[in-house]
Amino acid sequence: MFYIHCPYCGEHREEEEFHPKGQAHIARPADPEACSDEAWGDYLFFRDNPRGIHHELWVHAVGCRKFFNVTRNTVTYEILETYKMGEQPTITAASQARQPADASSTAEVANQAGVRA
Amino acid sequence: MQRYSGFGLARHALSHHENWERQWRNPTPKKQYDVIIVGGGGHGLATAYYLAKEHGIRNVAVVEKGWLGGGNTARNTTIVRSNYLWDEAAALYEHAMKLWEGLSQDLNYNVMFSQRGVLNLGHTLQDMRDIQRRVNANRLNGIDGEVLDAQGVQEIVPILDCSKNARYPVLGASWQPRAGVARHDAVAWGFARAADALGVDILQNTEVTGFKIRDGRVYGVHTNRGDIEAKTVGCVAAGNSGVLAKMAGFKLPLESHPLQALVSEPLKPVLDTVVMSNHVHGYISQTDKGDLVIGAGIDGYNGYGQRGSYSTVEHTLQAIVEMFPMFSRVRMNRQWGGIVDTCADACPILSATPVKGLFFNCGWGTGGFKATPGSGHVFAASLAKGEMHPLAEPFSIDRFNTGALVDEHGAAGVAH
Repeated sequence: MFYIHCPYCGEHREEEEFHPKGQAHIARPADPEACSDEAWGDYLFFRDNPRGIHHELWVHAVGCRKFFNVTRNTVTYEILETYKMGEQPTITAASQARQPADASSTAEVANQAGVRA
Repeated sequence: MQRYSGFGLARHALSHHENWERQWRNPTPKKQYDVIIVGGGGHGLATAYYLAKEHGIRNVAVVEKGWLGGGNTARNTTIVRSNYLWDEAAALYEHAMKLWEGLSQDLNYNVMFSQRGVLNLGHTLQDMRDIQRRVNANRLNGIDGEVLDAQGVQEIVPILDCSKNARYPVLGASWQPRAGVARHDAVAWGFARAADALGVDILQNTEVTGFKIRDGRVYGVHTNRGDIEAKTVGCVAAGNSGVLAKMAGFKLPLESHPLQALVSEPLKPVLDTVVMSNHVHGYISQTDKGDLVIGAGIDGYNGYGQRGSYSTVEHTLQAIVEMFPMFSRVRMNRQWGGIVDTCADACPILSATPVKGLFFNCGWGTGGFKATPGSGHVFAASLAKGEMHPLAEPFSIDRFNTGALVDEHGAAGVAH
C-alpha cells in the first residue's frame, strides 16, 4: 500500500485515493498533422519501462482531482519524491547513479522487501 | 529419455521410486549454438521444443536467469481458452488450443489439461451484447461457444448467486466447453524434458547481460557465465522484455505491471468449471487439490516487484464473495504477483526487430499461459525460417506505427 504525498493538498494520503496515469513528461507533438506515422505511433504507444527510477503521472482522483508527478523506484516501490505539474524531478536515474551511497540503500530496501534482482 | 508409462511406474515401485532419471541435464554452456532462446519459461521452452522437433534445429540453448518456469509460468491462474473476438487473435489462440488437446501425449508428460469449460459472466446489458458479438465471431472462426442466460449459468454453477438482488446480478455468460485449465508447472517441465531429450541445452542461473551486435546484426549474447554465440536469438522474457530491448538499443511498446493471484486453503470439490467476470475483475477455479485459485486485476502502475497491492486483492475478494456467498469464510493461503508485459491493444508481440537475427516474443500481458504451445510453435517456425509465421504476422511491432492494432481490450476481456 502506497502512502502518497499530494503536492497540492500537502498531505500524505492512502493509495486508494489516487490513480496512476502512466509515464510523466510526455510532450504532445506540437503539430500532430505534420507527424510521420513513426513519430505519432511513438508518441501514442512507446513508453519507458525501466527497472528502477521512473517518473509517473498520478491523479488525486478522490481528493483534489489534480494531476501531479511521482518519482518512484519500480523494483523497491519506494516513492522518492512527488512534485507539481510543470516542475522537473530533482531525483533521476542519472542523479542516483552519481551517488553510490543512495544506490546501496536502494539495494538494501530491495533486500528487506524480499525482492529478487 | 526414459518414457513415462503405467508399466514404468510399477517397475520403479519395486525400487521405492529412488532411481528415476533426472528430467533434464544441467549442461555447461557451449561457445556456439544455432539458436539462443532467452527466457526459460513455458513459451521459451515450447519454442526450443518445436525448433528441435519440427524444424530439426537441435543445437539450441535456452538461457534462463533464474530457474525453469519461475516467472509467470508459475504465477498465472492456469486458465486455457481461445474465445477471442478478432480473427487474428482467435486464430493464434485456437492454434494453441488444438496443440493443448494433444499435448500430454506429445510430450509424454501429464500436463493435467482438463477441459472443464470457462464461463465469462455478463452483469450488464452491454456485457451481454459484447458476449453475443464475441460468441458469434468465435463460431464463424470455428471456435466453440454458446451464450447462456442466467438459468443456464445457474445449472452449470449451482453455488453462484444468480438471484435478482445480487450485488453483481448475473444476466448470462459466454460458455466455451473446450476451455479449461492445465497444470502450469507441468507445462514448463514437460516442454523442458522433451526439449532436453532432443538435444536442447537448458542453461539455468544464466543471465543475459547484453547482446553482441555487429553491423546491425546479432551474433550472440553476453551472460554472467561468459559469451555465447548464435546467428539467431529469440527473446521470450515476458516482463523483462523491455529491459532486453533496451540492451539491444530499441524500445518496445510495453509496460510491465504486477498481476496478482491467490489460493485458498483446500476445500472439498465445489466448483468444477472456471468462472470469470471481467466486470468485477475476478476469476476463480478449483484445483484437483481443492484450493480455490483466484485471479485479480493488474496494478495500474509499472512495477517489477513480483508482488501486488493489497487494495487490488481486497476489491477482487469482495467481488468473489458477493458472487459466491458460500466462500465468505474461506481463508486464503498464499498470494503472489507476476510481472506482465502489457501492450496497448492487449495482444502479444511476435516480431522481427530493427536488429537482424534478433526476434521478440513478448507482450502477452495478462493472458499468456493459454497460448504457451501455440506461441512456441509459431515462434519456432519463425526463427527457423528467419521470417514471421503467417499466424504471427499481424502481431509485428510495426502495428503500433501503422495503426493496425488488434484491439482485444474489453472484447476478449481484460481478465485472462
